[in-house]
Amino acid sequence: MQSTLQNEVDVRPPQAEEPLLQVNALKKYFPIRRGFLRKVVGHVKAVDDVSLFVNEGETLGLVGESGCGKTTTGRCILRAYDPTAGQILYRDPTLGKVDIAQLEPEQLVHVRRSIRMIFQDPYASLNPRMTLLEIVGAPLRAMGLAKGKELEDRVAEMLTLVGLRPEYMRRYPHAFSGGQRQRIGVARALAPGPKFVVCDEPVSALDVSVQAQILNLLKDLQERMGLTYLFVAHDMSVVAHISDRVAVMYVGKLVEVASTADLFSSPKHPYTEALMSAIPVPNPRPREKRILLTGEVANPANPPSGCYFHPRCAYAKDICKVEDPPLEEVEPNHFAKCHFARELSLTGAIRRKL
Amino acid sequence: MDESNLLVEIKDLHTYFYLAEGVVRAVDGVDLKIQRGKTIGIVGESGCGKSVTSLSLMSLLPPSAKIVSGQILYYKREGKPGENSTVTCIDIAKLNPNSREMRSIRGNEISMVFQEPMTAMIPVRTVGQQIMEAIILHRNVTPKVAREMTIDILRRVRMPRPEKVIDDYPFQLSGGMRQRAVIAMALSCNPSLLIADEPTTALDVTTEAQILDLMRALQHDLGMAIMYITHNLGVVAEMASEVAVMYLGRIVEQTDVQSIFFEPLHPYTRGLLSSIPHLDESILNPNRSRRLNVIKGMVPDPYSRLQGCPFHPRCPEAIPNLCDRIVPTVTEAKPGHMVRCHLYGEAPSEKEPQVNYAINPSK
Repeated sequence: MQSTLQNEVDVRPPQAEEPLLQVNALKKYFPIRRGFLRKVVGHVKAVDDVSLFVNEGETLGLVGESGCGKTTTGRCILRAYDPTAGQILYRDPTLGKVDIAQLEPEQLVHVRRSIRMIFQDPYASLNPRMTLLEIVGAPLRAMGLAKGKELEDRVAEMLTLVGLRPEYMRRYPHAFSGGQRQRIGVARALAPGPKFVVCDEPVSALDVSVQAQILNLLKDLQERMGLTYLFVAHDMSVVAHISDRVAVMYVGKLVEVASTADLFSSPKHPYTEALMSAIPVPNPRPREKRILLTGEVANPANPPSGCYFHPRCAYAKDICKVEDPPLEEVEPNHFAKCHFARELSLTGAIRRKL
Repeated sequence: MDESNLLVEIKDLHTYFYLAEGVVRAVDGVDLKIQRGKTIGIVGESGCGKSVTSLSLMSLLPPSAKIVSGQILYYKREGKPGENSTVTCIDIAKLNPNSREMRSIRGNEISMVFQEPMTAMIPVRTVGQQIMEAIILHRNVTPKVAREMTIDILRRVRMPRPEKVIDDYPFQLSGGMRQRAVIAMALSCNPSLLIADEPTTALDVTTEAQILDLMRALQHDLGMAIMYITHNLGVVAEMASEVAVMYLGRIVEQTDVQSIFFEPLHPYTRGLLSSIPHLDESILNPNRSRRLNVIKGMVPDPYSRLQGCPFHPRCPEAIPNLCDRIVPTVTEAKPGHMVRCHLYGEAPSEKEPQVNYAINPSK
């Protein structure tokens, strides 16, 4: 069952010789402490053995339900959290190839200039007591990249870039709407001239019409500045629109990675199939069938045996209860973590005309 | 429209907020009809007045808000549908929110499911106590019977292990189970109208699909009407048979769900529909340079008051010297398809008086 789909449309950007970012077996466990002595009684395995790569200039979408570890993965890449185990290999423009997981604080400063983050809630992520000049200028000042008049010029340039008027730089965030605030967040992220941006649900707090403006802005900036995005989101339509490849997470583990077209037209993991079936589609025609998952997302502090998805999986067999399947390349560049990925014929969100 | 099946009729409702910064015209002339047993979807962006409309209907407005003018007619049916049923018409807008009459409607005939299930429940009382409260208040039953009714309603909302969950506290339940409990609370007295204000926005997609499926099944079994408020056009397409699109306190377009999605008329509705990413397009014709259509600008600040059609500064089809001067009236562009836009009406004659405001617009 070799796919001929690859020849049809090649949506991937020109491949660099090696990925810009390569994450190997990343783990992040949060301890659960109980009692007077705060003894560690267990761990929440927020990210459990995640491996992925991001090519230069592409957008990798990372989807999953709340608590699946997608934000934690993004934060580990920036070392906002110290990972419990694993490698985060990054080609830094100044330092060369480094393992972010092992970096000392002095070197981390360099890396954080080229890996930046855009946050979800534009109301919570901007300090209400700082002017735009201070907010957007803060990373430049902290990294010693600019000061005084030069800083002002740079901030004005960034504000223009994201579609805000530079005259507003002495105002406070409260004077701006949700969409404008998110533009400020983008300007702050891009001020030090990064290569890699972790976008953590950048549009999920915004209204529909404003969401489109920000998505377009992100695409424009990617084109103009050659940015690479890790786009963390739970809205599948948004992810399909912006991503070149998509990775699906379930309870701390990566269950499927493929190009956007392959993932949505022929998913290989039952969870991906269910996730797609659940997308509310803005089309009032009745859909053929819907796969309704029963039960709840597994608890990452006390996950089920074998494959974490087996209690909710319609295709589960005995082996799924015992053995955790590996993430395998089922088809070229299509990875799935399921014992039956090669045998199952699953329905995607879109049936591609062949 | 079948008049005998009319459940709620909102006529020219104006609900204003009187704040220190000025007057916010949150609902500014809404006309809406809700039929028995049908689902109407109310769509709009934040600040368009969709939630305030529903709070006016429940008479749950905060002290700073006031219904300035308009009627909310609730057609209360007593007895089984058929010959010996009587329909009385109650104007909710005229009732005192604390009156006995309003309290007998709220939670009993009209009930509401809120967006955030954690804040809609009291954290220090068990799920059972909170559901039973409404049953004991509106039905004359003993606590023992109320408890049985509660277990029954929990089973109805497909709560796993209802006999145990009834004594659980809200924090012990997951997001989806909490929303099921809130729905159980709203349905405990078998209302004729269920207002669902973004009930699945805080939930994950797979849980959302479960809750939407549940609400459809419950409507099928219990026959209540649902007023479904959301900003998610995908959810509206799945749930509603009729859709009203709101912008800045007014309904700009209202028709059946098929026409809204396949033949939208109002430029705002068209803008909204084209600004959401469509899965099939993204997958079938992948193109990195694709951009979404956007509605230019943003929703104006709530204290300002625009001349003419409130959408004209953002409208790609605005007619100069008309849309920026005269407020469009509602026109029936096609049978059953109401739209509030100059493009579909007749050009108003110059002598025609400008729209009558409830409050003098010169202020």
